[in-house]
Amino acid sequence: MTALTITGATLPDGTRRDLHVDGGVFVEDATAGATRIDADGLQALPGLVDLHTHLREPGFEASETVLTGTRAAAAGGFTAVFAMANTFPVQDTAGVVEQVASLGAQHGYATVRPIGAVTIGLAGERLAEIGAMARSRAAVRVFSDDGKCVSDALLMRRALEYVATFGGVIAQHAQEPRLTEGAQMNEGELSSELGLAGWPGVAEEAIIARDVLLAEQLGARLHVCHVSTAGSVEVLRWAKGRGIDVTAEVTPHHLLLTEQLAASYDARYKVNPPLRAQEDVEAVRAALADGTIDIVATDHAPHPIESKEATWAEASFGMVGLESALSVVQAAMVDTGLLGWADVARVLSAAPAAIGRLDGYAAPFAVGSPAHLALADPAARRIFATADLHGRSVNSPYLGSELPGRIVATVHDGVPTVLDGELRPAEEVVHGQAA
Amino acid sequence: MRHLLSVRDLTRDDAVGILDIAEDMAAVATRAVPKLPTLRGRTVANLFFEDSTRTRLSFESAAKRLSADVITFTAKGSSVSKGEGLKDTAQTIAAMGVDAVVMRHHASGAARTLADGGWIDASVVNAGDGTHEHPTQALLDAYTMRATLHGGAARGRDLDGLRVTIVGDVLHSRVARSNAWLLATLGASVHLVAPGTLLPPGVSGWPVTTGTDLDAAIDDRPDAIMMLRIQSERMHDAFFPNEREYAREWGLTDDRFARLPADTMVMHPGPMNRGLEISSAAADSARSVVLDQVTNGVSIRMAVLYLVLSGSGGVA
Repeated sequence: MTALTITGATLPDGTRRDLHVDGGVFVEDATAGATRIDADGLQALPGLVDLHTHLREPGFEASETVLTGTRAAAAGGFTAVFAMANTFPVQDTAGVVEQVASLGAQHGYATVRPIGAVTIGLAGERLAEIGAMARSRAAVRVFSDDGKCVSDALLMRRALEYVATFGGVIAQHAQEPRLTEGAQMNEGELSSELGLAGWPGVAEEAIIARDVLLAEQLGARLHVCHVSTAGSVEVLRWAKGRGIDVTAEVTPHHLLLTEQLAASYDARYKVNPPLRAQEDVEAVRAALADGTIDIVATDHAPHPIESKEATWAEASFGMVGLESALSVVQAAMVDTGLLGWADVARVLSAAPAAIGRLDGYAAPFAVGSPAHLALADPAARRIFATADLHGRSVNSPYLGSELPGRIVATVHDGVPTVLDGELRPAEEVVHGQAA
Repeated sequence: MRHLLSVRDLTRDDAVGILDIAEDMAAVATRAVPKLPTLRGRTVANLFFEDSTRTRLSFESAAKRLSADVITFTAKGSSVSKGEGLKDTAQTIAAMGVDAVVMRHHASGAARTLADGGWIDASVVNAGDGTHEHPTQALLDAYTMRATLHGGAARGRDLDGLRVTIVGDVLHSRVARSNAWLLATLGASVHLVAPGTLLPPGVSGWPVTTGTDLDAAIDDRPDAIMMLRIQSERMHDAFFPNEREYAREWGLTDDRFARLPADTMVMHPGPMNRGLEISSAAADSARSVVLDQVTNGVSIRMAVLYLVLSGSGGVA
């Protein structure tokens, strides 16, 4: 395994020092002959952890594979991703989750932790074999029917109770299905003007309210995916104030973009939950800043071109987000003064790792800790382009927009996956991990 | 005018200009040979992804009166029913050499997507996109109102001060949307009346007033009242209890019709559900301009095709 010496990096707490890596962990002193990375002027962050990624494999390899998705992750500074369950076959058995995890391990660009389905086939009817997935080699700890809401109150109650047995958490896609039938964009003045069926905030807020009450009643742990409205923030703030064991995520796009983009009918901006109003953007930013929302997760959702080159109603929901996530967080939260880099390290690494029960992220940069890190250049500015995308799909809402910051290097388990802003070749990464 | 996608793109002068050209086009219909050579050699494709016999026939006759060649594509039994998407259908039709595409589509924004997609060079005329807009319907409605009010002296005038009440399923109506903005652009004041379930969320941002009480709206003595079609599927989705209650509360019944001022225009974009949103007496009365709307539709569509295909015109 390569030894690395990273000189002059600024750590999240603002201190500046050299970092030494050997044998996949941080070490005290430089190893002779170590590869040198000049990090002067760069911000060192712990390896980023995405609790919400769609890798699409098995089943939808035209959109993304574990390899292409983890390359996209590495390019964005991520060293671990939690892969959502809506594959085909669905990640609802030990066999499928083990396959996905092993594909990740085989390629080595990032740790892949599969998320298990809550219900068989995401159908919302019967619990999937949560125990088998938890005890499998994939050691699943996060369960979600993401893409669909566990809308049946009784099933949600059972799921919350049952996953506790295995130290797991339910990550809820909060969307009341009847209130959002055919929904296309945020419900409001603009949706009415555009003649697109509205997705009202109450459909998210009502499910979160129900679920936090269930979690309180049962003493269970709940995670809320992609919080998008000011009303949801209020419910979460109330729940946390009562001591309910709930965590929540916000996506980069909900921190930066608003529903106004739908006025073009350009389906790149079609996403679920939809882009909301400016006041919602401000509310989720404030919530991330004050801890009401715990983490940022990308909801990286690759789709082939033909799924987006269509009328708005016929196009697929979703945006890719791994490669742009840190830049968007910098634009929305850091450059606005709402978060410092230590907070970024928390919301994009330590906190998502803790929610997902992922080891190795609790004491970043400490001697003996696994060497997962990202080096970012916050001073860079770039017009985001398809060349910045490394997954299989290009459905990014940021193409053509200027974004701050860029990833200069990513190190996963002591092995560089990105150097000088370029992905390292697959053979080198595989070889490095095997060494 | 390169495309006609939305009435929101029209200024007052643009809209008045279209209405004036439509006046000229209407005069053609009275000739012994009601045809102009203007668009000879040009091809107009009617792309109807959603059934609409009236609008399709209206555009067809408009194009033919301007001597354009017309090809018509309807989704039923076509490649679309085999899963072909908008892009491929449009490119296929365009490859046959068309100068303008008149499109009806079930998806809101489809006309904009086609115009912005870079897939074809032809001009795009929106003949109704989902629940978004139906610009030529609003133009023909405005034309009808103007002609009814001012007769032969209509040219150059807008609808300043006209009070129009639109009643019914505003939520799902592209006709209501296009009318709300176009009539406002032309100086009319628009009042929308519907059960709360059929008024769009956020309608407060539209240039209109709204209410739920049709009797109060009738007592307000509007200059024109437009009844919107109630689609049968709304009945099954809890927007209102049943047809009887709808007709009682929001239908233009004989009784309400009798209370309207003698010169109030009665309008309907068709096809009508007699006995539901409009009574037969109202539909067939002398105050009904429903058939004028159909006639004027051809003139308006001639004007629009002329403007998008002649490159330069009275309208920028």
